[in-house]
Amino acid sequence: MATATLKGRPTLTRRPARHRLLPYLLSLPALLVCIGILVPFATAVAYSLQRYNSSLPYLRKWIWWGNYQTFLTDSAFWNTVYVSLSYTIWTVGIELLLGLAIALLLQRTTRFNNAAAIACLLPLMIAPALAALMWKLMTNPDFGILSYLVGLIGLSDFRWASSPSTAMFTVVLIDVWVYTPFIMILLLAGLRALPRQPFEAAELDGVPASFVFFRITLPMLMPYILTAVLFRLLDAIQQFDIVYAMTQGGPGDRLMVFQVQAYLERFQYLNVGRSAAFLMVLWLITFILSNLFIKNWLRLRERARGAV
Amino acid sequence: MASKISGGAVLRAAARIIVLLFFLFPIFWVFLMSFQTNQQILRIPPSIFFTPTLENYTALFSGRLQTASGSLDIAFIKNLLNSIILSSCSVLIALILGVPAAYAFARFKFRLGENIAFTLLSFRFAPPLLVLVPLVAYFQMIGLSDTYIGLIWVYQLICLPLILWIVRGYFEDISPDIEHAYRVDGHSWAKTFFKIAIPLARPGIAAAALLSFIFAWNNFVFALILASADKQPVTVGALAFVTSAGIQYGIIAAAIVLSVTPTLLLALYAQRYLVEGLSLGAVKG
Repeated sequence: MATATLKGRPTLTRRPARHRLLPYLLSLPALLVCIGILVPFATAVAYSLQRYNSSLPYLRKWIWWGNYQTFLTDSAFWNTVYVSLSYTIWTVGIELLLGLAIALLLQRTTRFNNAAAIACLLPLMIAPALAALMWKLMTNPDFGILSYLVGLIGLSDFRWASSPSTAMFTVVLIDVWVYTPFIMILLLAGLRALPRQPFEAAELDGVPASFVFFRITLPMLMPYILTAVLFRLLDAIQQFDIVYAMTQGGPGDRLMVFQVQAYLERFQYLNVGRSAAFLMVLWLITFILSNLFIKNWLRLRERARGAV
Repeated sequence: MASKISGGAVLRAAARIIVLLFFLFPIFWVFLMSFQTNQQILRIPPSIFFTPTLENYTALFSGRLQTASGSLDIAFIKNLLNSIILSSCSVLIALILGVPAAYAFARFKFRLGENIAFTLLSFRFAPPLLVLVPLVAYFQMIGLSDTYIGLIWVYQLICLPLILWIVRGYFEDISPDIEHAYRVDGHSWAKTFFKIAIPLARPGIAAAALLSFIFAWNNFVFALILASADKQPVTVGALAFVTSAGIQYGIIAAAIVLSVTPTLLLALYAQRYLVEGLSLGAVKG
């Protein structure tokens, strides 16, 4: 459309003008998708400022900060904050430690190590909802292999996701199973991309291994660790699939993470406004985290591009 | 001294075995379950020795299950088909939309360019429900609710950022000099794009396409909210199995095996590109 108006002009001015428009034309579809998504986002913001229950549409009304104000004294809200944060801290903490340990274990480029790294990556390629289903089969009280195995060591009454005291442990375990490979594979790539010289110099000087790890490996690996951890933090705080597939937030409200709570508010209690307010709080957290993330990620990306 | 070194090596080897066991055992066990009858699954103690049966798979493929209380319809093959349609169409659309945009972002500095690129990236990190909840109402308004087109559109939230940022990196790695030379020869811009730029970036485009296929396939929440049983992919369909009465555990296991096999095979095939894809192009494998 824009180029058509240029027809008939002298060729000299036509080329640069077309050239200036070209990138816009090329990215136009992507731009349209952006706008297509920003509209529902704005609607969600509006919902969060309304009293809006879809079973009582005639009571719909702007209440501005009302939904957020009730959060301050709402134990369900604080429970959600607490559950989401503990889920995030437990999963990402364990995944970082385990992922780093496995990456160090598989650091040397041997055929076995490469095959093992790929094998470890498989859980990450399984849909988290299906992974939860797999663990559901394994922790079934009647025939689950894991229920049988913990029974052998005397924990015959271990009820995994269906008991309030072990539900968090169970979903964290599944999350660790699915996502540890993510941190592991990024750190493994980072370890293998580190320059050799500092390590060779340290070996020549006979520096102890712990010193090498804390003073050379860890600092040089930090950009990779930061990117991987922020990536995981962003995903973990938004956890939905595993928790929903395992217990739908139960038993009771033991696993009510943000998105599961918002889902139930919307589709079970039909409370659209409150659901949107929950999601806006979550969005604010992810917005801050993603700004941090993008800074680190860009630095790492430039380094990868520069290393070519 | 020598025994001390081998002691460490033994420890490390043992650690490697434990790691592999932890990550692979669940897959192995569910795979075994899918070839067992209900009686074999309910055996105590569980055993890895049994006569394998294909009855779980035949029940899934025939779509009918004979039980004591009568026959039961299983729509799992429909779910599998939906997954294939949704994932491949989403990737195709994302390629058509994303590759030219990636090229624009890599080759031109233009106003709004980075803004669009980062807005798309931020979609990857925004809570999906935030967009989905209002979208339910909008889709009902414009007649897109419970259609493949509507779902494929929403799947762009996963596929487009991935394609855009990975392919952009590949375009940036290719020197523009070759394209300039071809242009100087008198070829049009479009011809340069299709004959030079795209073929040179083909490995990156292929990697991004494979990865976004995997992520689209594994998505759960979009279809859970926007699709009825008729349009649901395997992730949602398999979960519905668990709650439906009369379904045998072996059939659930077989459904899981069928659902995860495509992504596992693709991941093995695309293993060289996984690191780059998972980090959205920030880390090279």
